[in-house]
Amino acid sequence: MNKYDAIVVGGGHNGLVCAAYLAKAGKKVLVVEKRHVLGGAAVSEELYPGFTFSVASYVVSLFRPHIIRELNLAEHGYEVIPMDCTFTPSLDGDPGLARWSDASLTRREVSRLSRKDAEVYGEFAIAMTAISKFTKEVIDHPAPDITSYHPRELKNLMRLGQAVKKLGPEMMHLNTKLLTMSAVDFLSMWFESERLLAPMSVSGIIGTFQGVRSPGTAYVLLHHYMGELDGAYRSWGFSKGGTGGISMACARAAESFGAEIRTEAGVAEIKMKNGRAVGVVLENGDEIEAKIVVSNADPNRTMLGMVGEDNLPDDYVTGLKRFKYRGSSGKVNLALDGLPDFACRPGFGGHLKGDITIAPSINYLERAYDDAKYGDFSKHPFIDCVIPTLTDPSLAPPGKHIMSCFVQYAPYHLKEGADTWPDRREEFGDTVVNTLAEYMPNLKSKILYRQVLTPWDIEKKFGLTEGNIFQGELSLEQLLFQRPVAGWSNYQTPIKDLWLCGSGTHPGGGIIGSGGELSAKTILRSGAV
Amino acid sequence: MPLPSPFFERTSKLCTSMSYKEWSGYYAVKSYETAYVPEYFAFRHSAGLLDVTPLFKYSVKGKDAASFLSRVMVKNINKLKVGRVSYLCWCDDDGKVIDDGTVMHISEEEFFVTSADPSFLWLKRYTRGYVVEINDVTDSICGLALQGPTSREILRKCTGYDIDQLKFFAVTEAVIDGFDVRISRTGYTGDLGYEIWTENKNALKLWDTIMDAGKDYDILPAGLDALDITRIEAGLILKGADYHNAAHVLIEDRKVSPYELGLGWTVNLDREPFNGQAALQLEKEKGSFWGTVGLDISWPELETIYAKYGLPPEVSGEAWRTSIPVYAEDDHYKQIGYATSGTWSPTLKKNIAIAILEKPYDVIGSQLQFEVTVEHTRHLVSAEVCKTQFFNPERKRSNPGLETVSA
Ligand SMILES: Cc1cc2nc3c(=O)[nH]c(=O)nc-3n(C[C@H](O)[C@H](O)[C@H](O)COP(=O)(O)OP(=O)(O)OC[C@H]3O[C@@H](n4cnc5c(N)ncnc54)[C@H](O)[C@@H]3O)c2cc1C
Repeated sequence: MNKYDAIVVGGGHNGLVCAAYLAKAGKKVLVVEKRHVLGGAAVSEELYPGFTFSVASYVVSLFRPHIIRELNLAEHGYEVIPMDCTFTPSLDGDPGLARWSDASLTRREVSRLSRKDAEVYGEFAIAMTAISKFTKEVIDHPAPDITSYHPRELKNLMRLGQAVKKLGPEMMHLNTKLLTMSAVDFLSMWFESERLLAPMSVSGIIGTFQGVRSPGTAYVLLHHYMGELDGAYRSWGFSKGGTGGISMACARAAESFGAEIRTEAGVAEIKMKNGRAVGVVLENGDEIEAKIVVSNADPNRTMLGMVGEDNLPDDYVTGLKRFKYRGSSGKVNLALDGLPDFACRPGFGGHLKGDITIAPSINYLERAYDDAKYGDFSKHPFIDCVIPTLTDPSLAPPGKHIMSCFVQYAPYHLKEGADTWPDRREEFGDTVVNTLAEYMPNLKSKILYRQVLTPWDIEKKFGLTEGNIFQGELSLEQLLFQRPVAGWSNYQTPIKDLWLCGSGTHPGGGIIGSGGELSAKTILRSGAV
Repeated sequence: MPLPSPFFERTSKLCTSMSYKEWSGYYAVKSYETAYVPEYFAFRHSAGLLDVTPLFKYSVKGKDAASFLSRVMVKNINKLKVGRVSYLCWCDDDGKVIDDGTVMHISEEEFFVTSADPSFLWLKRYTRGYVVEINDVTDSICGLALQGPTSREILRKCTGYDIDQLKFFAVTEAVIDGFDVRISRTGYTGDLGYEIWTENKNALKLWDTIMDAGKDYDILPAGLDALDITRIEAGLILKGADYHNAAHVLIEDRKVSPYELGLGWTVNLDREPFNGQAALQLEKEKGSFWGTVGLDISWPELETIYAKYGLPPEVSGEAWRTSIPVYAEDDHYKQIGYATSGTWSPTLKKNIAIAILEKPYDVIGSQLQFEVTVEHTRHLVSAEVCKTQFFNPERKRSNPGLETVSA
């Protein structure tokens, strides 16, 4: 009897979390990952001798604390080091804006721009924490199916209703605004200074093909605000050893519960019998059987790629095709010979150690979006940089550094076609480095190595359709009971015994672990294994 | 009024928070910036540099130095080899702990002793009949603790001494930047780390050399707030927080024995007479009243209580050291002990405490009830008894350099 209870297709962090929960429940589990490394978009790789890069995702906040506890991830190497600062440099003689975890320091910095903004900061933080409490009810449970009268679904809805009621009328109204407004409009209810609004609003566009003034982006803002580290809300941190460290901790936890993990084992198709999933066929032709198959790959890749349109009901296929990917982000990873220096704030300081955001004004961000709307990458993109080696020296040789740059917009669909990306990759890389060099004049002289990931590369490397970093855009109409297809949000698919567990399911993207956790719990409750 | 330590010229410039604490008559930095968090993570991921000058320091020299120290300490120092360090405690005649500290065997007839309380008089009292000279070097020798995973690499850059040779709890004399230092592989963080001792006049040069060498290894000056969290994670007890000096208390109940403090492993009973021997012998035979343990306090239960008030769970930013009652649910909620210090552990993701419990409630795995106050109201959450050493990484005692040499 070599048959597995479950095969998890894909060793991204959600797949590994799912495998760990299933194995913990005593199931015989196999994870098959296409790449030679585990982690999917939460992966660490030595791209240049001595330099370990967080190749894709680079900072952590959302990962659910109860998953860390339930899977003993701390024992398996889960370590996250909080960041202390968000720095927005400027070019016009201003020293730039640094926001710190020290509230008074931040208040002082912000009062240079607006005394009112400096003081309203605290009120804003309280409002976001209050809303996040509600959001937690949403992300820590499977999405309720609003069309179902099943007692479980009704209970689920009621729980949500109660959570909404607990919010109180004021917060309920705010919540409605959050769900409908643009990031800039929403933030403008509190803040007036453009220099503050711009870097704050960018959380609303991460991974979306929208601008900071597009309606609906306020919600995405929250998605980036609801994280917590050690009881501190809205804080972000570095994973020890890069974000792959988290995936490896999940993998070790899964193995400690008895799961098996194979790399370089890409799945070509889901094996089916009488309309049920009964295993997988690997790219090398090997067939492995299991009672159920859970896919960590995105819904498109899994259902249209590994199952095939012909095996699926029409409306489901239509739903899947309407699910928007349209990746909009790129990544430039740099190995540096030394630290860069900001013209506006020269020398070494805490501002280098945290998040560095190139977002000088709202118009700048909107113009960056304009380029993308018409099928080109931004001439002056929004860039989010970190230098993790200032916090975790194990990532690079002494005195050398890594700079990780997340870039928007880089639309998957260039006007000449997505396939023209390989020809424009280095031009895109140059654009990013040139933009950064305006702020850090010595940057270019420090670069030892550069990796440029366009959305086309992200698709090819990580199997993320159209390079969407979240396995499908995090816009309101693609969340909750509509993720990935209305009526199919409960990790199930029209194929019996085939389940989904990646970011393409509720509650969505980011290094969060929820898709893996909630899918496993749903599967176990269903009695499928 | 506290005094500045010889490092103050440097530390005070860096201490932008202006947050100091009195430590044995010195100004000691609590945290250099308002948040101690980066300093804590430096101890665990790169390196933190802490001024430990306020420790009391004694040079014990002479033909009988080893037998003298064996007479006053619970451990047989005659067996401590040159170049080795011993952590131990010392007791009064009733076998109650007076202080804990380290004894370093520097050369055949020379030892270096550190303690938390002034111990000159106490040591001096027992010198009769021994050829031994005790010098209080507290005010002439300063010290820095360099702790964290990159500390070895930093020291490698500072000294010609082959730092790979220095094993856990070993001590050596070395030269840094032309002046003499003593380096011990000791510390209070439970991590890879060293303490470097030198004459006061070299203080600033020592500070600068280490900070300079540490630049490429993400070194941070670190204060006592960060230290407190690491020492609780490592299960290292603190005089004044987890126990009191038996010579400084008014009532018997405030005294504890080494066995009760979890320091039984430092006691060598079968040997020449030493302070407290008879009482310790008796306690060993009859059994102790208290036991010191770790507590793993249930986070989900705490979360549930906070949720009742509509609040997210709060963890105190700093480690705490107030006495908190611990109860036995199975025994009609009788109070069976108290926690003495505790913290949220950012590394272990656990809410942990050090507690002193009546026996037999100190058995590992027991479930007890721990008092918490949420919104001015007292509640109980369960806590599991565990070993005090919550965090014990391989790197603390490993010698990668040596292992490759011998391989
Ligand atoms: C450039 C970039 C930057 C990001 N930055 C951040 C950030 O800073 N913070 C944050 O929280 N989130 C960030 N994200 C998002 C986050 O990384 C993802 O949402 C998350 O890692 C997704 O995890 P997952 O397990 O759901 O899916 P994935 O990580 O996508 O895992 C899917 C796995 O399935 C495998 N697979 C695919 N097809 C097959 C097949 N046929 N056979 C076998 N295996 C297959 C893939 O190789 C992959 O390992 C970023 C993403 C990207 C791409």
